[in-house]
Amino acid sequence: MKGLTDWINDRLPFRELAREHLTEYYAPKNFNIWYVFGSLALLVLVIQIVSGYFLLIHYQPNEDAAFDSVQTIMFDVKWGWVLRYTHTTGASMFFIVVYLHMFRGLMYGSYRKPRELLWIIGFIIYLTLMAEAYLGYVLPFGNMSFWGGKVITSIIEAVPYVGDWLGSLARGGFGIGTPTLNRFMGMHVVLVPLVLIALVAVHVLALHKVGSNNPDGIEIKEHPGPDGKPLDGIPFHPFYTVKDIFGTCVFLTAFCAIVLYAPTMNGLFIELANYTPANPLKTPPDITPAWYLAPFYAMLRSVPNKLGGIGALGLAVILPFFLPWLDRNPVKSVRYRPVYLGMLAVLVISVFVLGWIGMQPASPALLLPGRIFLGLYLLFFLTLPVVSHFEPTKQVPQRVNMS
Amino acid sequence: MKYAAALIALTCIMSAAVVQAQEAQVSLKSPHYSFDRQTLIRGAKLFVDRCLTCHTLKYLRYSRVGEDLGLSKAQVKNMLMAPANAEYHAGMINTMRPGDATKWLGAAPPDLTLEARYRGTDWIYTYLKSFYVDSSRPSGWNNHVFPHVAMPDVLAMLGGERDRQGKLIKQGSLNQEQFDQVVADLTAWLQYTSDPSKIQRMSLGPWVIGFLVTLSILTYLLKRVYWRAVH
Repeated sequence: MKGLTDWINDRLPFRELAREHLTEYYAPKNFNIWYVFGSLALLVLVIQIVSGYFLLIHYQPNEDAAFDSVQTIMFDVKWGWVLRYTHTTGASMFFIVVYLHMFRGLMYGSYRKPRELLWIIGFIIYLTLMAEAYLGYVLPFGNMSFWGGKVITSIIEAVPYVGDWLGSLARGGFGIGTPTLNRFMGMHVVLVPLVLIALVAVHVLALHKVGSNNPDGIEIKEHPGPDGKPLDGIPFHPFYTVKDIFGTCVFLTAFCAIVLYAPTMNGLFIELANYTPANPLKTPPDITPAWYLAPFYAMLRSVPNKLGGIGALGLAVILPFFLPWLDRNPVKSVRYRPVYLGMLAVLVISVFVLGWIGMQPASPALLLPGRIFLGLYLLFFLTLPVVSHFEPTKQVPQRVNMS
Repeated sequence: MKYAAALIALTCIMSAAVVQAQEAQVSLKSPHYSFDRQTLIRGAKLFVDRCLTCHTLKYLRYSRVGEDLGLSKAQVKNMLMAPANAEYHAGMINTMRPGDATKWLGAAPPDLTLEARYRGTDWIYTYLKSFYVDSSRPSGWNNHVFPHVAMPDVLAMLGGERDRQGKLIKQGSLNQEQFDQVVADLTAWLQYTSDPSKIQRMSLGPWVIGFLVTLSILTYLLKRVYWRAVH
């Protein structure tokens, strides 16, 4: 056995990789619960790829057969329900984990220098994930899939001059049908996952180049010991692998509880209105997106002009890319920035309320709240350069706190 | 952690305030039943007797029902396989042709396999109890939950006939309590057909969760052992 591993290691850099990324990658020792969600996101990606592969075996990307093939998985395929519920639960859990991961980054200033690129790549991953989720949502070809597909591809049509052409290109024609399912499946199963995997690899590489931030928002590399290793750092393996294994078990308990006891999560993880086949003649009373896309849908709807709504949405998506430069305070962590804490609270509340509005039937009464909270969301980013310049901060410790 | 808790609390308060502003919809009543073998067998028989003439359960095979409810092939044949073209390994379809249904009733009766997921069990239960006599309708019936529905009240012989105000104008063969139970059994059956995996899920659940909780405890203890070196 020893001979074999040596033989392989002489020919492939496994030993070096393991050292660089696990046993001699030093992470701050004061990580709290918020630091588990990165590993969990990677776990969910694997869960989605495996469950998705088995679903693909039985799925038919054809307008006459798609819905029935999903029911075949649910009714006739042995353990088919495990596959489908795992995949649907995985989709929502992916977003829960990613949202918590992003919130952690916002709290502790993980987007700040030298981690700007890490943040930007992460945000691109998030946008790619939204595209992936949307494409997958259309595939079962329930009535919500159909009308959701119609609404989103019609948004593309708002692009000046080439909009109609782009819309037809996305759908594979003027309507949503077999060509749409064919190309959506191609993108959902091959193209976007490949991009996701590549982006995740680059995200991890970028992280290991600059090193992890921590809840105190101070650089452990600035306090090396006599051996050159950070005094407040511990090797990722075994300390964080063993911690993440525990986190993984807790996460899987919750995951399986949902799959076994509440797979639709009362219509939140699987929309109940999608339990009827696609019907171009039957518009659902309310076309609402999945919960994880709802805040953006609310932003889109809060501006009645189609192009204006897309403009607001574009701004909301582009501003986070500039966050590393919008925040100008030398202090990173929210622990020592009470004003930033308040702003972050407003941002989170805005996203929650927008999410709720996005899931309600369109109503004039929700137009004003939608605009207010869209405004608050945008103001977080737009006022940050000024506020972060003047805001009072607490004394930041030299070394990390173990709490 | 403190900050996170404060954020979550704030968000809850905000959302609650917005929810309060929404108006209540038509109130649906919830059926009372225990999701067990006996209830489902009663519901299945009722469905075959009263509903399968017009409505199909095309995704659900008779053989699957037999497996899930612990019925032998002979029992399934005697109890449930009423339509002349019923096949043990095929879905629960009926003899009515879609064209005929549209001609007789004005609309094709939908397949009901997934109805409990699509509309919800409360909707089905309340809908079945909300028929009233309405001579202006072709079928002679109307419904409070689904106005102008093409379907007549097929349970009127059991539950009696009611007028628009809900007053009983013709006594059925069952009293109110019995009738509520019958409709609840039917609802339970449709809940089963919309997701037969529920039976498997419920029996697997405690084992899977028990295993994972045990594993969580063990891995936590393991983590503690390793982390003694850090603290």
